[in-house]
Amino acid sequence: MSSIPATTEPVDVDRRSRTDARHDALFRLLLKACALLVLAALLGAALSTLWGGREVLFGHGLHFLASDAWNPVTDDYGALAPIFGTLVTSLIALVLAVPTSFGIALFLTEIAPAWLRGPVATAIELLASIPSIIYGMWGLFVFVPFMSRIEPALNDTLGRIPLVGKLFQGPPIGLGLLTAGIVLAVMILPFICSVMREVFRTVPTRLKESSYALGSTTWEVVWDIVLPYTRSAVIGGIFLGLGRALGETMAVTFVLGNSYNITSSLLMPGTSISSSIANEFNEAVGTHRSALIALGFLLFVVTFVVLLIARLMLRRLARREGN
Amino acid sequence: MAAVHTRRRVVNVVALTLSGCATLLGLVFLAWILWVTLKNGLGAIDWKLFSKITAYADQGGLSNAIVGSLVMDAIALLICAPVGVLAGAFLAEYAHRSKLGATIRFLNDILLSAPSIVLGLFVYVIVVLPMSNLTHGAVSFSGLAGSIALALIGLPVIVRTTDEMLQLVPGTLREAALSLGIPQWKMTVQVLMRAATSGIVTGVLLALARLAGETAPLLFTAFGNNFMAWHPLDKMESLPVAIYQYTNDPNPALHAIAWAGALLITLFVLTLSLLTRLLFSRKKVPHE
Repeated sequence: MSSIPATTEPVDVDRRSRTDARHDALFRLLLKACALLVLAALLGAALSTLWGGREVLFGHGLHFLASDAWNPVTDDYGALAPIFGTLVTSLIALVLAVPTSFGIALFLTEIAPAWLRGPVATAIELLASIPSIIYGMWGLFVFVPFMSRIEPALNDTLGRIPLVGKLFQGPPIGLGLLTAGIVLAVMILPFICSVMREVFRTVPTRLKESSYALGSTTWEVVWDIVLPYTRSAVIGGIFLGLGRALGETMAVTFVLGNSYNITSSLLMPGTSISSSIANEFNEAVGTHRSALIALGFLLFVVTFVVLLIARLMLRRLARREGN
Repeated sequence: MAAVHTRRRVVNVVALTLSGCATLLGLVFLAWILWVTLKNGLGAIDWKLFSKITAYADQGGLSNAIVGSLVMDAIALLICAPVGVLAGAFLAEYAHRSKLGATIRFLNDILLSAPSIVLGLFVYVIVVLPMSNLTHGAVSFSGLAGSIALALIGLPVIVRTTDEMLQLVPGTLREAALSLGIPQWKMTVQVLMRAATSGIVTGVLLALARLAGETAPLLFTAFGNNFMAWHPLDKMESLPVAIYQYTNDPNPALHAIAWAGALLITLFVLTLSLLTRLLFSRKKVPHE
């Protein structure tokens, strides 16, 4: 609508229309400034963390990225352990949340009777509005004790399998990478599920009905028709969930156990970028603080790239749909 | 033939059963978390919670945290609601098809899911540090800094909702308004925004629901304060930060208070998100 000018009579320009034009220009400027604030916020977040972490990022350089030491006493900082924890917990979360979200989306679009869809979808989306600190509390006081009861059984069953077994051998303390990954999975599930549900509904009914007419089962329609049709948006939704998982702080801080470890066992405590920052920032001074802000910069860059991919994938489907 | 047929049917039944189980699993986790919060929270709610400050520790309550949360949430909304609505109006009315509009819309979606802890660090570097240098340490962490961090979290929610809601207003309304000769700014504010009021309010409420539960960005902006603070330039306690501190404490009496606080926040946030659904149930409500 922006092309329609407010003043249309160039010959008879009276004072009123000139004032209106001036107000319009001012208004447009004000709006543009507000919109540019969104850009400023993202750019500012990147630059300010780069600036705050400059001492470690530029002073220690590659050592910061490649070392697994984290010693505030000798001011020796390496980001490897937090990066490892962030990646492993997010990966566990994805492995658990993607099939579950797919199952829920499938249930809500193809299986459930119409009266059940609304309430169940609302309930699943409520999972997304529960504050992360509540996930953290529930995780620490309820889920960690629960896991510590289950972990001996994991040791005895999955832990016996050659190769993969190492992942599930460890002390049954409840805290650790696996527990954090599961809590994260519950948190990101509604985000992935809501994207999947939304894009599954964009599949033309004609396509699905043609497949049913050829004798396909519901599962074959979903697996061979719906999923290939919505592939890029589904991947986008998964990356959106990954972006959430990477940056999540409060839910993992309580259950991760907070130790700078790189271990082969998922039952061992670890740390993550966000939980290191949350735990140590207010006691940190000097180089230590700079190292934590530098960690924040790394986290921002990684999540930015992941979310960029997510949005590009999601946009591709929107374009094909013609919106 | 029969074997293939049976196999396909078995695969189908197994897949559909698993899908039902997945849904059940999701619902079980929701019920589990809500039940635990309700059970532990209800047992710990009493009058002390609202009348005493956190300085009394397990003999105290959360009154300063509740006040701090209300003050900071209000200031955050005062910052991000006008900015967000105007930015959304820019996207919908002035940059609907322009390259700048597409870029901002795209980046706004990224800001929507950016890690909140990094936004906290951002505000720490650009607000807390300069303030501390400027006043020689008299003012460093402050409720205002916390509000700015929260505003950054609410902003993209409001921008996106306003943008989508204004685009839903029919074009004929714009043409009718302009043909009467009113300037475009008046049309935007008095015709379009009024037509999209319920949508815009929904966006503001969604933003409030989002920022009310945020903890991470407040840790190093508002910091926390065991005493009652009303002034935005003082360090300020907030419910999520109080819960965080009490949960980290080994004292079980503090855990009980933390659960009561957790119940308050959860009820507040869930009521808000259900309210937005009711307020705007017929049209599409963006979430995430």
